[in-house]
Amino acid sequence: MADEATRKIVSQIPLLKTNSGPRDKELWVQRLREEYLSLIKYVENNKAADNDWFRLESNKEGTRWFGKCWYIHELLKYEFDMEFDIPVTYPATAPEVAIPELDGKTAKMYRGGKICLTDHFKPLWARNVPKFGLAHLMALGLGPWLAVEIPDLISKGIIQHKEQQGS
Amino acid sequence: MATAEELKLRIRELENELIKCKQHRSQEDLQTPVFRPKIEKMSAEVLDSNPYSRLMALKRMGIVEDYEKIRSFAVAVVGVGGVGSVTAEMLTRCGIGKLLLFDYDKVELANMNRLFFQPHQAGLSKVEAAEHTLRSINPDVIFETHNYNITTVDNFTHFMDRISNGGLQEGKSVDLVLSCVDNFEARMAINTACNELGQTWLESGVSENAVSGHIQLIIPGETACFACAPPLVVAANIDEKTLKRDGVCAASLPTTMGVIAGILVQNVLKYLLRFGTVSFYLGYNAMQDFFPTMTMKANPQCDDRHCRRQQEEYKKKEAERPKPEVVEEEEEVVHEENEWGIELVSEITAAELQDASGPKPDLPEGITVAYTIPNKDGEVNSEETVEETDQSLEELMAQMKKL
Ligand SMILES: [Zn+2]
Repeated sequence: MADEATRKIVSQIPLLKTNSGPRDKELWVQRLREEYLSLIKYVENNKAADNDWFRLESNKEGTRWFGKCWYIHELLKYEFDMEFDIPVTYPATAPEVAIPELDGKTAKMYRGGKICLTDHFKPLWARNVPKFGLAHLMALGLGPWLAVEIPDLISKGIIQHKEQQGS
Repeated sequence: MATAEELKLRIRELENELIKCKQHRSQEDLQTPVFRPKIEKMSAEVLDSNPYSRLMALKRMGIVEDYEKIRSFAVAVVGVGGVGSVTAEMLTRCGIGKLLLFDYDKVELANMNRLFFQPHQAGLSKVEAAEHTLRSINPDVIFETHNYNITTVDNFTHFMDRISNGGLQEGKSVDLVLSCVDNFEARMAINTACNELGQTWLESGVSENAVSGHIQLIIPGETACFACAPPLVVAANIDEKTLKRDGVCAASLPTTMGVIAGILVQNVLKYLLRFGTVSFYLGYNAMQDFFPTMTMKANPQCDDRHCRRQQEEYKKKEAERPKPEVVEEEEEVVHEENEWGIELVSEITAAELQDASGPKPDLPEGITVAYTIPNKDGEVNSEETVEETDQSLEELMAQMKKL
């Protein structure tokens, strides 16, 4: 999962400090500020490295997140909507990221289009509570998942490039 | 383009089909058995119309002192999938007083390798479909269903409220919560709720490779909660290298799920009706037909502060009580000092994983932990953490949007 390149990318994502979940009032706002700071830095890093690949935003309570992620394959951009809820036990447990439009298209998903993370993700997350945040979830969870699954789905003809669809 | 003649023919065909369907339906309606009326009092009389005679025989045989007491209990089943649905059916047939069912999922044809649900229920919510079937099996049971995901903030508040007020008598707490969910997040949510409320619960699980499972009794403050240690798993004695996980998330077998539901409900009955001994942790290794057992005390360093609070309360209660004669030997979670910072693992072996992380608790043969966690040293390198800023959350949200 974490090859040398991923390690380097992850090491540049700022770690979080506040151990607080969505049921806490003020501390959660502090945690959310850290989440956004960390995410902004990560997106900026990605842009600087010419590897921009997702956008995320949340409702004002920061409990529901949604956005887009994309994957470039043979110079074509494949874009997907993603969403997830912050579980009440966050940050002790990571959210389950879903790409609803791929639900039923790959076995590497649970119902509702929730992506199936590797065996290594959970221990890794557990060891880094509360320092890991949503940016880490993107870099270590969704990113590697897309890198494995999207080329596979394309090669199997299960997903097509949007501009080539229906032609 | 079809001609008018062709269309007329097609209409006639469809009309005939409709008539056939209608006839089929009315036949089915005739075959549907009449729902039995509610039974006011459980009777031990052996009549072919008495659904409780064989259960009440347990009393006559001296296994259970007071079987009718089953009607005074309310049990919450969280997760009505492969294990939860069978669990709910068993409790319904046993004549439990009240069942509260929680699940956000719908019945799918992909569930048909498991027990309980039927193809014609595809598309219905699991709780709705389950209630319908269960009510027809035993109308004496009171059902309360909630079709939502308990891990989101709003639903969790409601879930906690129903655990503390959804007993047989409204306002009283339920007698037992059963976790039949299939993911870590939901288990942790149940754990959080039960620690806060001091609610005893039973956790159950089937491994993603479908060949092992377990049940675990959690009495907040007394036995280890779900956050006291990394999840306990049954060692399946499968070489990790030969276990191919590529391309699939999870397998499932109706057999393993049926076995786990069976031992779960068996322990529910023993706990509620006070017979036999209740297992604190009972594993099932389907490959070798091995059933390891163990008990584990709550961890004084548990991350959940409500677990720690419950432990204090339990200690106080124990101090006030006269000492029991036999002290059971229990396994304790070992915590050793371990320096650590941010840690990244790549494709690692189990041995490497162990070296790189915390100590493994001393567990009986056949049981292990899903992973180990080193002790936190609390110090975080400030270079790596988010920088302090005066920006408000709203400003940061706007900045993120503009990127
Ligand atoms: Zn605990």
